Amino acid sequence: MKREDIRVLLMRAPGTNCDLETVRAFRHLGVQAELVHTQEVFKKKNLLDYNVLVFPGGFSYGDYVRSGAIWAKECEYRIGPELETFVDEGRPVLGVCNGFQQLVELGFLPAFEGKSKYPQAALANSSHGYQNRWIRMKYVGHGNCGMMGYLNPGQVIACPVAHGEGRFVFPKEGEAEMLRSLYDRDMLVWRYVGANGAFAEGCWPENPNGAFHDIAGICNPEGTVLGLMPHPERSYDGWLMPEWTREGLKRYGDGRAFYESIVKYTEKRF
Amino acid sequence: MDGLGMKFKAFVYVTLKAGYSDPEGETTAHALRGLGYSVNDIRSSKAYEVTFEAADQAKSGKLVDEMCRRLLTNPTKDDYRFEISELK
Repeated sequence: MKREDIRVLLMRAPGTNCDLETVRAFRHLGVQAELVHTQEVFKKKNLLDYNVLVFPGGFSYGDYVRSGAIWAKECEYRIGPELETFVDEGRPVLGVCNGFQQLVELGFLPAFEGKSKYPQAALANSSHGYQNRWIRMKYVGHGNCGMMGYLNPGQVIACPVAHGEGRFVFPKEGEAEMLRSLYDRDMLVWRYVGANGAFAEGCWPENPNGAFHDIAGICNPEGTVLGLMPHPERSYDGWLMPEWTREGLKRYGDGRAFYESIVKYTEKRF
Repeated sequence: MDGLGMKFKAFVYVTLKAGYSDPEGETTAHALRGLGYSVNDIRSSKAYEVTFEAADQAKSGKLVDEMCRRLLTNPTKDDYRFEISELK
């Protein structure tokens, strides 16, 4: 489909943030991006009018119960069937930070055997408290996640994280098996790395939250639902990058490649 | 809505499963030690007080269990237990 015909829906809810930055990133790339309140989507049930769905970051509903839990359940009982159709049709779904937490709570990630009734993973509270810092994440996918298919293998993106609950964990009893599944099915997409590109190996601050296996982002087995804790929209422009005064101003920052890849994939795939 | 009829109150306790680090508990323990208490360990937990209706006693337990699984806990990292009493 033509780039200008792509319709991206960014759902916002009480407490979401970085939604405007994400809208701006998509619009700058030439697609139609609409920021719509979740209640409006619940009323209109028009999810399927869109090609791409994005759950932005933030602290929806004050992170009550757990991050993302309330909004996830609300989506489940208000637009559950539409959401499932959206995912079943392979339309791209992105969850950033709180959006990632929501996709896990909804059972769309990791969804080893399809959407799970109960969460199969958790974004627990961070071992170092609230973290608001720049991190580096390395693209470790091998093509299954089509949305990231236009990145270079091993590409590193620097961008901020800002969360209190973002420590990716699996149930202890199934941890090794689930990690193997992530690798076997090419569902591991982003891992935290240090300045030299080596994996953080759990060390703070490169791994900002103690995430298991330095996991920053994963996709579902079909590669069409992607969730990650870092915020690439916050490093879209060159002047947003922390080194620009030392290293010179570039037009774009690292985060542009992330969103550009999603747009290129959608253009080609649909 | 399932099983309206008798009224119940449930106290639900949500705790972290063993083996998961508990930064909130660790930080709180540190603070209490600073206040001079000889605290060895703290595990943080959450408690909910739920007033609800169900058809009978047996059904009430089933409903609270379902609430825990569907929203109040994430089975990946949380354990839970609850106590139910009938409200007269």
